[in-house]
Amino acid sequence: MIAILRKELADYFTSVRFVILLILVIFVTAFGLVAASQGIRGANLPEGIVFLGLFTTPGKVLPPLTYLVMLMVPIIGIALGFDAINSERTGGTLSRILAQPVFRDSVINGKFLAGVFTLSVMVGAMLTLVSGYGLIMIGVPPSAEEVIRIFIYLFFTIVYGAFWLGLAILFSIVFRRAAASLLFLLALWLILSIFILPVAASVANAIAPTAEGSAEELMRNAELQQMIARLSPNILFQEATRVLLVPSVRSLGMVSMSQVAYMIPNPLSLGQSILIVWPHLTSLVSLSAVCFAISYVLFMRQEIRAT
Amino acid sequence: MSEKFAIETHDLTKRYDGTTVVDRLNLRVRENEVFGLLGPNGAGKTTTILMLLGLTEPAAGTARVYGFNPTREPLKVKRLVGYLPERVGFYENLTARENLRFIADLNGLSYEEANRRIDEVLEMVGLTEAEIMEKVGPSKREKTVGKFSRGMKQRLGIADVLLKRPKLVFLDEPTAGLDPKGINQLLDLIADLPKMGTTVVLCSHQLYQVQRVCHSIGILSRGKMVIEGSIDKLGREALAGGRYQIQVETTAPTPQLVNVIREVKGVLGVEVQENVLLVSTDTDLRAEISKVVVQNDFPLIQMKIQEFSLDDIYMKYFREEQVGS
Repeated sequence: MIAILRKELADYFTSVRFVILLILVIFVTAFGLVAASQGIRGANLPEGIVFLGLFTTPGKVLPPLTYLVMLMVPIIGIALGFDAINSERTGGTLSRILAQPVFRDSVINGKFLAGVFTLSVMVGAMLTLVSGYGLIMIGVPPSAEEVIRIFIYLFFTIVYGAFWLGLAILFSIVFRRAAASLLFLLALWLILSIFILPVAASVANAIAPTAEGSAEELMRNAELQQMIARLSPNILFQEATRVLLVPSVRSLGMVSMSQVAYMIPNPLSLGQSILIVWPHLTSLVSLSAVCFAISYVLFMRQEIRAT
Repeated sequence: MSEKFAIETHDLTKRYDGTTVVDRLNLRVRENEVFGLLGPNGAGKTTTILMLLGLTEPAAGTARVYGFNPTREPLKVKRLVGYLPERVGFYENLTARENLRFIADLNGLSYEEANRRIDEVLEMVGLTEAEIMEKVGPSKREKTVGKFSRGMKQRLGIADVLLKRPKLVFLDEPTAGLDPKGINQLLDLIADLPKMGTTVVLCSHQLYQVQRVCHSIGILSRGKMVIEGSIDKLGREALAGGRYQIQVETTAPTPQLVNVIREVKGVLGVEVQENVLLVSTDTDLRAEISKVVVQNDFPLIQMKIQEFSLDDIYMKYFREEQVGS
């Protein structure tokens, strides 16, 4: 498996695809920094979480960096995995490799690991770039807690990317043609990251209409809407990001006015933030695992046939 | 040629979606021989190979490759066996050496050993430095496989198979895309493999090539083995006993003439087909036959000699089958 891992990594790092993705990463970094430079002064963040503001403050027109990451990381995952297996199949290299004394699963394991590694390098580079330039820009060093939060965010992002990579590899096994797998993946990406929100809203309105406008109705409608949106890993990731990087977010659910009166408007401690996003993390990890497991089983069971 | 078998299958069967592709196949290939696996398209040749490699599971029956069960112990089998698929593919963005080094890596060879063997196999298949290098300005560098011609890729495929020094190789249409010179070199190479301790199973539609290098053949049709045996024996059967067939054309063949020819030493049988006598013999008896024909005052118009070819065996079987069905 080491041999396959090594070869896949060499392939990724020397490919044109890698260069293009790297350019994309640099653009996203730049956009995020510009957005933060425009908005961070007006955000008026309390002491101790200023540095995190670099990642979460929107600009005048630009969305915050975290939103861009939510959109872009799936693209990296898709680009690295959409032709993992079907290109080997159409290129005639798969049967040649499987005729060598290697376990069949090392092929797919090696590809997945190489993809995750490449993805981690990119995301890591991006966060480091933002932190470095951000430090020069705002001149406020991060506190220890902020560093830990950024690392947890990095971990979340990698798991999130691994989900999309696993999905891409799954599609590359199911679809014989790379173009078909890419097209379906992009459609899915568009639905899960953007179209899910209006869909969730309309479904919630149909199931739990807010005709009378009572508090219970509104509550039910909002909760349903959130539940449907959370089916998308992208929304899940976005929520988790918000809690992790904006410590003043105290709850993701609905809070009634009477409860708000008793809320203390100070940032949550790290442990409490993690407690809120723990279900998100487990869901993302299990989604990635399920995705990879399905690809694994399909690949192991798929027969090598005479053309 | 030894009497040990490299491959033994017993009632090997494979079904895809209800249709039987390989039907209770009993195949035996001796160690250190070149075995030709023939048959029309879709006869189940490739499927048989895939089962012997452990890439596909048989529906029923057993297979043994050097004593190992390919389904249960695929790694042990794959360590001994090389496979050249019909449409061989390489990573087009890598050079020939890089492609081979990856395969060496998968086989667990050390870096030095891999380099040594890569040079060795490239030379064996006749891929010269001049062919795998290209000029970039004043300096030279290795070409990526994407720039290789079809024949070069095919030869690289052979090199790839030989890299692990296999005890058994499956070659599926190895001469496709090669020029006549390349074909000759490749056939010589294949014929030499048994001397190096490698058994060869050759799948091809080029009957002349198969006849040139194979010791024995098996013909598959609809997943069943229809003829199997050494090429000499099958040739005799197809040509009524002899190795040669001499066609003697006269104006009017009489029973006396047939008797006269039959008495020539070495003649195995005579058949009459209109004005032509088909004489089957083991050696070239044209001189003797013409002598007796003329001495006995029979008119001799012309004589032709034919050595049996695999075409005869192949065609004879499929003609019979068509008549039968």
